[in-house]
Amino acid sequence: MSKKTLFDKVWDSHVVSQIEGGPSVVYIDRHLVHEVTSPQAFAGLDKRGIKVARPKQTFATPDHNVPTIDQHLTIRDVLSRSQVETLTKNCENHGVTLFGLNHPWQGVVHVVGPELGITLPGSTMVCGDSHTSTHGAFGAVAFGIGTSEVEMVLATQCIMQPKPKKMLIEVNGKLGKGVTAKDIILYIISKISASGGTGYFIEFAGSAITSLSMEGRMTLCNMSIEMGARGGMIAPDETTFNYVKGREFAPKGTDWDKAVVYWKTLKTDDGAEFDSVIRYDGGDIEPMITYGTNPGMGCKISDTLPDGSEFADNNKTTFLKALKYMDIEPGSKMLGRKIDYVFLGSCTNGRIEDFRTFASFVKGKKKDKDTIVWLVPGSKQVEKQCIEEGIDKILNEAGFELRQPGCSACLAMNDDKVPEGKYAVATSNRNFEGRQGPGSRTFLASPLTAAAAALTGVITDPRELM
Amino acid sequence: MAIDKFITLESPAIPLPIENVDTDQIIPARFLKATTRDGFGENLFRDWRYDKNNNKISNFVLNNSTYTGKILVGGRNFGSGSSREHAAWAIYDYGFKVVVSSFFADIFKNNSLNNGLLPVQVSEGFLSKIYSAIEANPATKLKIDLENQTITLLSSGESEKFDINPYKRTCLMNGYDDIDYLLNMKDKIEAFEKSKA
Ligand code: SF4
Repeated sequence: MSKKTLFDKVWDSHVVSQIEGGPSVVYIDRHLVHEVTSPQAFAGLDKRGIKVARPKQTFATPDHNVPTIDQHLTIRDVLSRSQVETLTKNCENHGVTLFGLNHPWQGVVHVVGPELGITLPGSTMVCGDSHTSTHGAFGAVAFGIGTSEVEMVLATQCIMQPKPKKMLIEVNGKLGKGVTAKDIILYIISKISASGGTGYFIEFAGSAITSLSMEGRMTLCNMSIEMGARGGMIAPDETTFNYVKGREFAPKGTDWDKAVVYWKTLKTDDGAEFDSVIRYDGGDIEPMITYGTNPGMGCKISDTLPDGSEFADNNKTTFLKALKYMDIEPGSKMLGRKIDYVFLGSCTNGRIEDFRTFASFVKGKKKDKDTIVWLVPGSKQVEKQCIEEGIDKILNEAGFELRQPGCSACLAMNDDKVPEGKYAVATSNRNFEGRQGPGSRTFLASPLTAAAAALTGVITDPRELM
Repeated sequence: MAIDKFITLESPAIPLPIENVDTDQIIPARFLKATTRDGFGENLFRDWRYDKNNNKISNFVLNNSTYTGKILVGGRNFGSGSSREHAAWAIYDYGFKVVVSSFFADIFKNNSLNNGLLPVQVSEGFLSKIYSAIEANPATKLKIDLENQTITLLSSGESEKFDINPYKRTCLMNGYDDIDYLLNMKDKIEAFEKSKA
């Protein structure tokens, strides 16, 4: 038998048919749906006069639009409300399971899936959202799709996709103090650029990766899309099985035992070939921060920025344009730069571990009084856990407040918008122009770096406060 | 839900020589609240086209009447970022039929093809030639021939081949829709499910 990569094993076992000279027809095990990219897809089904093909494999939750305070009241923004209501109506019509607003399982779709055991090793998953790559942390082939494709999966439980190329990114060695999964992925993207992974499906491996918790692995895979990759995945192991076991929708009893036997076969065979292989030394990674307007424009927090002279023409224009938008001098330093907002949350860093990290860092200290800090749990369950574990109290004592779950300032579709010209240290995944509100300026970083900034009001190396 | 057929197109082009044009620029998130597919063209490149008082920003290329046409020529890594199909809808709804770039983000490329918007990937060299030709004469035309997979600068006759998945090419040339194709595979899909159960 030919040698296969982890990706080959999962992908090949889901190919229903291969179109001549065309894409594969790939069977989808689990389909996640949210309110922004689905209404036109459901409308398409209604127009065709058909129903969702496999409603039991389809799960929906509103997240992008929802307010993060007073969620028990109606949503004030008319358009947002209409999108959330449309989702509810569509789910009712089609028998799709919905975790609606105020449901104990509502939250950011990529936080909810893993939390409920909807995400499983060896499965195929899609969602009309690019950060579906998150679920690859479990050894699933998971990727984002557009609305026409959402309609396709709703209608047929299959998708047409050409098989991507395969890339292996290995990170070995011990991570230094204050270095988290977020720093690993920001480091990788800063090396290979925001388009360096385009056309590829990535497998992350190496001791620095396998030593990560499931939350850390999700943070990593979440941002594989930020280098242009179709998705990223990590071979499932005991860490994975321990996380999945006992969760609501995970297999139980003998089904569980059978599943684990199969999941243990999901690793890249010795000698299997990748189209591209990149290796990094975990020891070289430091707390990272972005300075520009795409996630590839990042550096070590203590670095001095390039002055631009080392870039080729095209890159130089891009670099200078980004720094102009950010109002940052080429050749200056990141440390000590004044910030106005801090955002902890999103499908990248809105999980319980992120809140534990943030809370233990600020415990017994005081929030900077001029900085506005939004702490937004990724889901209702994360919120509940924060309360059960007393994290909310620690945060309150340090001058912070927890908000309610949703995407929030990650893309600013609700009221959590960073004003024009203001700076935010954000644990989310995109620093595009205006991403956090028109004219907003974003520095992407880890929850530790966000916590350090929330205490000092300036970009601060978290290691100095540890 | 057939898409519009595409065979050939001859048109002047609008240059947007910026790299990493991401989907948040193409259509900012605050315009994603609609539940229909219509009208997104109005907000295409909203924050580059209009200032915060809704006045047109005169030096943005879409506000410059010198440049017209159904072809948008973008810089490298066009369409990166989110999976929002609204980006493809906005470009198409505005009136573009083709986007040319030296490199496209994957999901954007799929979304475009699913909506009858043709992404044409050219070499860096050819891209610069297009920009120079438009700079020299904004009325200069490009010809896109999908059947032969060529893009030609009509002013000089220079031409380059572009890649497209043969299946997708057939779909575009005939206005076929993937979903109809898959709906016809129902039995095969059910058989696949049984084999896995
Ligand atoms: S948290 Fe941000 S990146 Fe994640 S799904 Fe929501 S909007 Fe998208």
